[in-house]
Amino acid sequence: MTGATDTLAAAPRGRSLWDDAFDSLRRNRAAMIAVALMLTVVVLVLFGPLLSPYDLYSTDWDRISQPPSVSTAHWFGTDDVGRDLFVRTLYGGRISLLVGLAATAVSLLIGIAWGATAGYAGGRIDQLMMRVVDVLYAMPFMFFVILLMVFFGRNIFLIFVAVGAINWLDMARIVRGQTLSLKKREFIEAARAGGVSPVNIVRRHIVPNLLGVVVVYVTLTIPQVILVESFLSFLGLGVQEPMTSWGALVNDGAQVMETAPWALMFPATFLAVTLFCFNFIGDGLRDALDPRDRSAGG
Amino acid sequence: MTALSPPLLDVDALSVTYTSERGVVRAVNQLGFELAAGETLGIVGESGSGKTQTALALMGLLPATAAVTGRAGFDGRNLLALAQAELNMLRGQALSMIFQDPMTALNPHLTVGRQMARVLERHQRLSRRAALAEAAVMLDRVRVPEARARLRQYPHEMSGGMRQRIMIATALLCRPRLLIADEPTTALDVTVQAQILTLMRELQAELGTAILLITHDMGVVAANCDRVLVMRNGEMREQGRVDEVFYRPADDYTRDLLAAVPRLDAQRPQRLAVIGAAEVAPSGREDYQPTDDVLLQVNDLEVQFAAGRAGWFGPRRYLRAVDGVSFDLHRGETLGIVGESGCGKSTLARAVLQLLDGYSGQVLLLGHDLSELDRARLTRTRRDLQVIFQDPLASLNPRMTVGDIISEPLLTFQPELSRAARLERVQALLGKVGLQPEHVNRYPHEFSGGQCQRIGIARALISGPELIICDEPVSALDVSVQAQVINLLMDLQQEMGLTLMFIAHDLAVVKHISHRVLVMYLGRVAEIAPRDALYREPRHPYTRALISAVPIPDPQLERNRDRTLLGGDVPSPLDPPSGCAFRTRCPLAAARCAAERPALRQVGDSLVACHFAESSRP
Repeated sequence: MTGATDTLAAAPRGRSLWDDAFDSLRRNRAAMIAVALMLTVVVLVLFGPLLSPYDLYSTDWDRISQPPSVSTAHWFGTDDVGRDLFVRTLYGGRISLLVGLAATAVSLLIGIAWGATAGYAGGRIDQLMMRVVDVLYAMPFMFFVILLMVFFGRNIFLIFVAVGAINWLDMARIVRGQTLSLKKREFIEAARAGGVSPVNIVRRHIVPNLLGVVVVYVTLTIPQVILVESFLSFLGLGVQEPMTSWGALVNDGAQVMETAPWALMFPATFLAVTLFCFNFIGDGLRDALDPRDRSAGG
Repeated sequence: MTALSPPLLDVDALSVTYTSERGVVRAVNQLGFELAAGETLGIVGESGSGKTQTALALMGLLPATAAVTGRAGFDGRNLLALAQAELNMLRGQALSMIFQDPMTALNPHLTVGRQMARVLERHQRLSRRAALAEAAVMLDRVRVPEARARLRQYPHEMSGGMRQRIMIATALLCRPRLLIADEPTTALDVTVQAQILTLMRELQAELGTAILLITHDMGVVAANCDRVLVMRNGEMREQGRVDEVFYRPADDYTRDLLAAVPRLDAQRPQRLAVIGAAEVAPSGREDYQPTDDVLLQVNDLEVQFAAGRAGWFGPRRYLRAVDGVSFDLHRGETLGIVGESGCGKSTLARAVLQLLDGYSGQVLLLGHDLSELDRARLTRTRRDLQVIFQDPLASLNPRMTVGDIISEPLLTFQPELSRAARLERVQALLGKVGLQPEHVNRYPHEFSGGQCQRIGIARALISGPELIICDEPVSALDVSVQAQVINLLMDLQQEMGLTLMFIAHDLAVVKHISHRVLVMYLGRVAEIAPRDALYREPRHPYTRALISAVPIPDPQLERNRDRTLLGGDVPSPLDPPSGCAFRTRCPLAAARCAAERPALRQVGDSLVACHFAESSRP
């Protein structure tokens, strides 16, 4: 027994497809710059507020609608009620990123489970599960959100629920399509012949092979969700004052665009940079995970 | 053909190189050959030998990343240095190409007539009407029945053989002086291959076209070429007249390549030569005989697939993929199953493996009816019933390590084993199938096709099965690798007393490995016989036609061979002929064949489903 364990330790580790993908991603300059920028944004959003002497709520009565200034430590200026925009932009970023990640995670979990089950089970179960998806698709999204708001009041968690509940539909469809094509592959038949249970086939053989597509889709979903949240906040259905998000800040800023352009410029820049980063990372991942590229190297 | 006339094509120092960040790849290296008018030159080699690259370079079809150097004199001009416009005028006009897969080489959105007419409109400035008339004449010439009606059809409405005829007709429209055929019959069944190759020979005699025939099949070369050029890793190993190269090969690689192919005319099976190995090891194979106890019994197996309805309200139609198949399999025996594509051999395998949702009839393993087992019992029984697939890479999960792949069945069948114990088993088995124990942590894509197939074999063996179903296990492999895998399977069988169901479309491979052979046609058994009896004295006319269609790597034998060529294509299994399924292509067909379905009956050593099995060879 120890003999086998020894040789296992000695056996060279192989290069998984993920290793290859990461290597190829590392060579993609645009994607790597995007990753670096993204990390900077995340670090700023998490720790930036600690640098500022101001907090999220307090009004600086002496400096209402003040342009950015280093001497007063209002680096991004203040809004029309004298709150520090640096702190508010970064707090807003927390909410926006949180909504993006949480809602995507929700849609990921439900979508993969639902899509893979439907695709692998096939037949009636598949029909039934996908018709449920179709019905949910047919619901007008805004109506759904407004209904939720009316019943439960404005609440940040409702936004997760609402966005997640819509986004998993796309995910489920993509995952089901992939599962259908994977299901016919010979290694799935080999697993069935090897007595592997359906649950384990989905878990061990189907889901890991889906992840490539899913990862790409996730990087494109996160910005989409952030935008949806911004849109809801813009309409006044999003986060509650005094909490804020990039969308809410852009909304506020847009109203004072002529007198205080900085109130629009800073949150909008953060939002745009983040969206760009996610899209570039998504593009890079799609190229890195593209099997055609890899087989060419032999 | 005469040595005096200047060659039509004169290739000198042709090199194709690719430069990437991983380094420089020499796909073709300093290749030189000549081709005279009306002559056929075969280029043979395994995958990666550069034979297709050579063809594409001559046609100017290589991607921009390829650097081509050298000279290819054609008609006083250098093909490799022509401007795009000149090349375009030459292509289709004076030189043409046929590709391996006629489905992807034809445009699926255009009718056949439209595609063919375009060539003539462009090169000979014919009107649409004249071009279509000319296309119909050419289709007649390549023996396409009802040529005029075919012009209005789309490629997907035709069979593979018909599509390849259309490709050939299109390539020959402008009477080119040089035709480059890149594996023209590799995607086709053996009876259709025989039709197409015969057709190409006849057309060549008529039109005097020079043919550059690229193939991996030594048999095809022997039957069709005047001269042959052997390539390996981008370099020429040998070239000469076929008889010289086949009977007196000067190069070691050529000799190994010839010895590595299982031959239909071999007297007794011996170990196949492995390329690079010094000596052919003697085999104890002749002594190995299967036992008498029945391991697997298949009774009247029938598998149907729903195939939509005939019209909106019409009756539901069913495709009968397997139609009443029965056979026994003895422990330690190898049963070869042959037939053309779509004959139901893979469906039969999946039914026996219990991978299909439903079938009728019985599959008995050691006397237990597998369809009556509950799920838990069935899972336990799967331990004795394993499978090896055709595509070595596709049958391995790309995200799992080799160790995890091979040991996966143990998780089900012996869950009590510890991780270390499983690993020990895997490593022992890796050694047995000719891989290194250190390979456990690697991933499938790091291995070659032959190595992947060994991994697949190890996975099938780990549970200690009684029966292994091999579904075309060597069809996707190169000749040399094929020889290794066949040798490995035969060694393992002898060592472990395995029973094999060996499905293949290559009759020579089946002859080499099997004790008995089952021939299928349109989901039915045509003939079951012990190997020697089947190949010596085939009773069913289909078996005879199949055997006679296989090209043998022996030029003189090929020239003097008397072939029974089958006409037509395999009928659609959606709408099989009444009575005997083979009657539409059978030379012996009579009124009785349409009325009455022949039962399987004993004739001599064989079980044959033919009303005229006793009648001697025509």
